[in-house]
Amino acid sequence: MSDATSTVSTVSNANTFLPVVPEWRRTLNRFLGHRGLLMGSIILGLIVVLAILAPWLVPHDPYLQNISQRMIPPVWHEKGSWEHVFGTDKLGRDYLSRLLYGARISLTIGLSAALISGLIGTTLGVLAGYFGGRVDAVISYIITTRLAMPVVLVALAMSALVGGSLQMVIILLGLLLWDRFAVVARSTTQQLRDAEFIASAKVLGASTTYILVRELLPNILSALIVVMTLEMAHAILLEATLSFLGLGVQPPMPSWGLMISEGKAYMFFKPWVIAIPGIALMVLVLAINLVGDGLRDMNAPEGRN
Amino acid sequence: MAEYALELTNLSRHFYLKNGAFKEPTLLKAVDGISLRIRPGETLGLVGESGCGKSTLAKMILGLLEPTDGDVLINDKMRGASSRLSMSRQLQPIFQDPYSSLNPRKTIEQIIRLPLQLHKMGDANSQQKAVKDISDLVGLPERLLTNYPGQLSGGQRQRVAIARALILKPNILVCDEPTSALDVSVQAQILNLLMDLKKELGLTYLFISHNLGVVEHLVDRVAVMYRGKIVEQGTREDIFQNAQHPYTQALLSSVLTPEPALGLPEVLDSSAWNQAS
Ligand SMILES: Nc1ncnc2c1ncn2[C@@H]1O[C@H](COP(=O)(O)OP(=O)(O)O)[C@@H](O)[C@H]1O
Ligand SMILES: [Mg+2]
Repeated sequence: MSDATSTVSTVSNANTFLPVVPEWRRTLNRFLGHRGLLMGSIILGLIVVLAILAPWLVPHDPYLQNISQRMIPPVWHEKGSWEHVFGTDKLGRDYLSRLLYGARISLTIGLSAALISGLIGTTLGVLAGYFGGRVDAVISYIITTRLAMPVVLVALAMSALVGGSLQMVIILLGLLLWDRFAVVARSTTQQLRDAEFIASAKVLGASTTYILVRELLPNILSALIVVMTLEMAHAILLEATLSFLGLGVQPPMPSWGLMISEGKAYMFFKPWVIAIPGIALMVLVLAINLVGDGLRDMNAPEGRN
Repeated sequence: MAEYALELTNLSRHFYLKNGAFKEPTLLKAVDGISLRIRPGETLGLVGESGCGKSTLAKMILGLLEPTDGDVLINDKMRGASSRLSMSRQLQPIFQDPYSSLNPRKTIEQIIRLPLQLHKMGDANSQQKAVKDISDLVGLPERLLTNYPGQLSGGQRQRVAIARALILKPNILVCDEPTSALDVSVQAQILNLLMDLKKELGLTYLFISHNLGVVEHLVDRVAVMYRGKIVEQGTREDIFQNAQHPYTQALLSSVLTPEPALGLPEVLDSSAWNQAS
């Protein structure tokens, strides 16, 4: 290399040296600095751990009925006991055990439905945004059609038609909740489609699949993860709704929506039977939303390097 | 050796601009019948104001945009006659904006290595070595290879883009305003680097700029573009000392204008114009 270039490069290093803070340290600092995200992650993490460890944690079999132990109030009630911390339901099943197993159902449904709909919506949105033109026209039409359908009504009608079960609820919600993924994937793809790094990959002879999956997708993933949290919360609430109406997860499974439904006859005299699963549902959805909001803030432009 | 590294024959690209749902779309001849020839080892400067069609021309040469009419020949072979992969081993771009030309989610090492991976050249070890060698060549410190583009300055990023373009050892570079997004202090460094590389590797350049001043010290020949057409071309001396076309004269005097904000002087009097073209 000639002298000119080597001096040139030393000059540019001196001029443009940026402090090298490792990427993960900066991410960690921003994470810890965001109170909502921190709280949400702690609560959500706790719920996930409890759900995973439920078989080893539960004090009783969540399906075991005991007629002589019906409607025992929770421990803080004057007639409560440590034997059943959250009391028992109308069939004498331990409420805490059912609650922990219910967390598994909620999380499974939320995650699976959001994954299915994420796959559908991202595929449609990326194709529409990248190719534009006629492909975009067709996919936009599909998105508009989907947006015109009231989710709850369609979900109710469909599950009434095919009958409720865990798998059915997952598939149904997966097929219904992809619209926000599609809209976000489409617009973020449109913004990146003409970026010069995509053009460079094209010139290099990269296949369209490579460009979409390896060059484009990593750049829109953070936006999609935010949508993912929203749709997870959405799916969990819809499952509770369907189960409450008897069209979702079927007894004797301990879905939180089903627990509220089974307790509704007692709610005026023994309010804890619906308060406990109701609060659990609220805390879970709140935690997921806090995480989603926090992730969105972390990805906001001013936070980016 | 091919007679011409790059040859454009009567290359055109038209756009139809929509004017609302009920009006006829207007025809925009962004590139209008351009013919150019660049010999191996030569540097041709393509100069014209913004919006005159320079990038559209570059995109057609790179195969990113289909021409409406005309042909692009690379090393005497028609573009399109051979695969993108083999074309990309002969011709590579340097883009204008080093902030958008590097994938923000990949490390510098991954970015420079990508061409080798796509072309399945060598194993992991030899690829890593090639990345180090080329980074050396373009004056990119090795410690930056594990960083992300966001941690680099504009000049460093443009060096990465140059390394990526050169790693397949092409003989032609299409540089579309490679320095106009950079700080003035960094521009000269990148231009010097490009010239050194040209000497060392015997590269052919199509060097696009809206600024005659930028190309003055780099090019062998200059082509002046106005509204999709080449209005004048010649050797560097021809253009800088003896420009014939009033548009070229206007561009030259705008370079020499003491106050850059004054812009193009008003010498585009139409009679002189018609005479010259
Ligand atoms: N995809 C497109 N659709 C419509 N018009 C375009 C498109 N690309 C470029 N143009 C128009 O073509 C003209 C030339 O653009 P461009 O080649 O980018 O100019 P330059 O690079 O010289 O600044 C401009 O008027 C621009 O608006
Ligand atoms: Mg341009």
